[in-house]
Amino acid sequence: MDAILLQILNGLDKGGAYALIALGLTIIFGTLGVVNFAHGALFMLGAFCAVAFKALLTMQKISIDPTQMTAWGTPMEIRVPYVEAWFGDFGATLLDYSVPLSILIAIPVMLLLGIVMERGLIRFFYRRPHADQILVTFGLAIVLQEIIRSFFGANPIPLPAPEAAMGMIDFGAALGFDAGSVVYPAWRLLYFLFSLAIVGAVLAFLQFTSFGMVVRAGMADRETVGLLGIDIDRRFTIVFGLAAVVAGLAGVMYTPILSPDYHMGMDFLVLSFVVVVVGGMGSLSGAVVAGFTLGILQSFASMNEVKAIFPGIDQIIIYLIAVGILLVRPRGLMGRKGVMEH
Amino acid sequence: MGNQAMNKSDLILLGAFVLVVLFAPQLFAPIGAGYPDLLQKFAIYGIFALGFNILFGLTGYLSFGHAAFLGVGSYSAVWCFKLLSMNPLPALVFAILFGGLFAAAIGFISLRRTGIYFSILTLAFAQMSYNLAYSVLTPITNGETGLQLAQSDPRLIDMMFGRDYGAVLPPSDLFGIEMTGYSGYYFCAVLLIVCFFLSLRIFRSPFGLMLRGLKSNQNRMAYTGLNIRPYALSAFIISGMYAGLAGGLLAITDPLAGAERMQWTASGEVVLMTILGGAGTLLGPVIGATFIKYFENIFSAFNDGILNQVFDFLPDTAREIMVSISSLFVGEGWNLTLGALFMLIVIFLPGGLIEGVKRIRTSVGKLFRGGGGDGKSPKSAPAE
Amino acid sequence: MSLLSVKDVNKRFGGLQALDKVNLEVEAGTVHAIIGPNGAGKSTLLNCFIGRLDPDTGSVTFDGKSLLGLPPHEINQAGVSRVFQTPEIFADLTLLRNVMLPAFAKRDGSFSLNAWPLVDRQADIRDAAMHQLEDVGLAEKAEHIAGQLSRGDKRRLELAMCLVQQPKLLLLDEPTAGMARADTNNTIDLMKKIADRGMTMVVIEHDMHVVFSLANKISVLAQGTVIVEDLPENIKGNPRVQEAYLGGAHL
Repeated sequence: MDAILLQILNGLDKGGAYALIALGLTIIFGTLGVVNFAHGALFMLGAFCAVAFKALLTMQKISIDPTQMTAWGTPMEIRVPYVEAWFGDFGATLLDYSVPLSILIAIPVMLLLGIVMERGLIRFFYRRPHADQILVTFGLAIVLQEIIRSFFGANPIPLPAPEAAMGMIDFGAALGFDAGSVVYPAWRLLYFLFSLAIVGAVLAFLQFTSFGMVVRAGMADRETVGLLGIDIDRRFTIVFGLAAVVAGLAGVMYTPILSPDYHMGMDFLVLSFVVVVVGGMGSLSGAVVAGFTLGILQSFASMNEVKAIFPGIDQIIIYLIAVGILLVRPRGLMGRKGVMEH
Repeated sequence: MGNQAMNKSDLILLGAFVLVVLFAPQLFAPIGAGYPDLLQKFAIYGIFALGFNILFGLTGYLSFGHAAFLGVGSYSAVWCFKLLSMNPLPALVFAILFGGLFAAAIGFISLRRTGIYFSILTLAFAQMSYNLAYSVLTPITNGETGLQLAQSDPRLIDMMFGRDYGAVLPPSDLFGIEMTGYSGYYFCAVLLIVCFFLSLRIFRSPFGLMLRGLKSNQNRMAYTGLNIRPYALSAFIISGMYAGLAGGLLAITDPLAGAERMQWTASGEVVLMTILGGAGTLLGPVIGATFIKYFENIFSAFNDGILNQVFDFLPDTAREIMVSISSLFVGEGWNLTLGALFMLIVIFLPGGLIEGVKRIRTSVGKLFRGGGGDGKSPKSAPAE
Repeated sequence: MSLLSVKDVNKRFGGLQALDKVNLEVEAGTVHAIIGPNGAGKSTLLNCFIGRLDPDTGSVTFDGKSLLGLPPHEINQAGVSRVFQTPEIFADLTLLRNVMLPAFAKRDGSFSLNAWPLVDRQADIRDAAMHQLEDVGLAEKAEHIAGQLSRGDKRRLELAMCLVQQPKLLLLDEPTAGMARADTNNTIDLMKKIADRGMTMVVIEHDMHVVFSLANKISVLAQGTVIVEDLPENIKGNPRVQEAYLGGAHL
């Protein structure tokens, strides 16, 4: 029982990332009718917002202290990050919380990126065949990740969670199991709560604002909404920007869990697409439910007990489920008829 | 046999193709590509793209997982070398067979859906194969190191015929002709010609017409009494066999198979080759493959030193700027060039280079005819 | 015995009874028109013939064989060809290829890996297709791309694509919808020509005038039921038909 609980917990953070990316993909599919193969790259760019922010914070002031000597008899260099030099202890705290603080940077950056992408590229593809949309966004994804690689190199860059969230939370005792049987890193739990909050915010935004109503109406019947004389174009831009922000935030907060590298976007993109397919193209709740479910199932599959029976199952479980779902329910768990079908 | 004779323009096309391929070492020498290692790549990736084009160009089904079949072909060929013989023929048979079988399995499931679902499914399957090759299937694929030949390999057939390669690791050989250098290229070249010919026949056949119908209007196809799925699946399997063959040839010219061959970037590359040349055209894929492999070869070799020489004529600051910008695109940055090229082609030239040449020809024609005529021949565009 | 026989077909969509005990007998060699005001259930009925919808109850028998649950390609191979409201053609192929393709489907069945022969060397198919194009008056455009045709010519092409298969039954769904007057008249003339050769046809039509000169028998559908079935000359004066078209909620 406690082992099962632990696996469920383990799957939640990954599931959260899948759900957030898949949510953005679905919104873009539904409203703009565009298949965005660059969405994983947005997730990756979000993660690198955190990397860049950290790099910015750790820019160091180098001074030479003539009173101290190194072992080689030269004056010792003292390296102090500017933030610490300027703000003292507060600066150190800033550094410690660099990952969550990057959100403040990531929101405007991702919004801007999303808007530029939509205005500069995507909008010219609304009326082009899906194959062309896939190809051009695929090309864009490669370009984005290669640019990141040329700036940040090919190696994963570890980013620690804040000191306070580095610890483990012991659910074992609290839930009546043995102490230490269900131990879970605090940051991962935080990530899960964070993703829930974002999902909730996005759904609430779509549900309760008039803007969101138009977007949902657009997802149901794009042409009619266009005929109502509503300025669809501007809304499309905002929707795309919003989806970019969601993906970006998912990426920022994921950095302490997985050290970001330039090709993480594609890995997550493929899985997120599978999530969308399983959840049902065009269904927001489907994307969220499928995201978490697949995350949890994947974590179960990576248990040693399971791997002993089905070697390699952790690598392919998501795909197997996708295949099964498609064979039984071709439209996905919550898919509607006629969405993204010719 | 009279009713099977190909028409004149196709025969000319085929003849010209054969000549270019056979004299490629001489023809490509002036642009510095007249050596067998590179020409071999042109031929192999040409075959890969030709096969992909039968699927994408004719039926419009965009697969993002064809690198998986390339990888399977390579692994099958290397295993055939290890277990049976260093002769390339059985290796190719196995490569084509397994490429086709694998394609049949993946295609059977992926083709339950069309459009973007299909693209996503093929991409997912390719990623899955890649992950498996790196993890559980390590006994078959030898994981990250890649599958290699070893002296201790059994090579049963070779043993039966009393061939012993001694202490050295043998290259693949066709009854004594080693598959290296020019003989390696000509082996690939002959297969490229065969593949091109087969693709030509498919394009001109009733089967090919059905595949075009599939791309054009699936609803009408169904109400015309045609069963869509077996047609799409056949095209998928045929293209998988082409990919398997290409993978086998990669292993024959260099007996090593690694999982990176199956990565999504490799799948993307064959898509790019095909659309760059011109999807749905006969020659386009080969042209696209040649173009990409040629520039890959050049760009990857560039470094800052060479760039500095190239921009030597510029004043210092301008030179530095040019060098730092262009260095993004060369060497390690070749993938960036690929991505950018991808976008440019899709945005500005969806018909590929073949389409571009046609457009230029039409506008030049208009210029000479004073804007009269639309340059459209009444014939049904035989270059298609 | 009738060629197409529809017995007691019911179809509900939620609370709406789209088809209510529809019976229909189509005799071989006749033109049977199904007319009715908008929303009468004409398209639903047609979709039940061709496997797109399964009726809740009832049967659709063609040539002694049930059509229910069959995929479209099998229905076609059984001998039913269909003309759509908006012409469904292969827009990026030439007219000749458009007509040759159905001819291949007729000759080689629903699937054939016919990858070695050359399309252009199949003299029988080519001749049949050319002949059919002449028949509908499109022979001189045989090498044009189909997507560039006018609406009326697309309809002719679609008819040629159906006829080249020599179907036992031709279904036409509002064949003149959205057409200019001249195109409408040409299309009606063409349909008459086809009917005169003894082709069995079922024509779904909203516009009564289109079918009067064409049909041997007319069924009037209103609110999901056949209210009248009679000869054309008797339909015009029938008060129930006038009411269905002019009176009540359907005006």
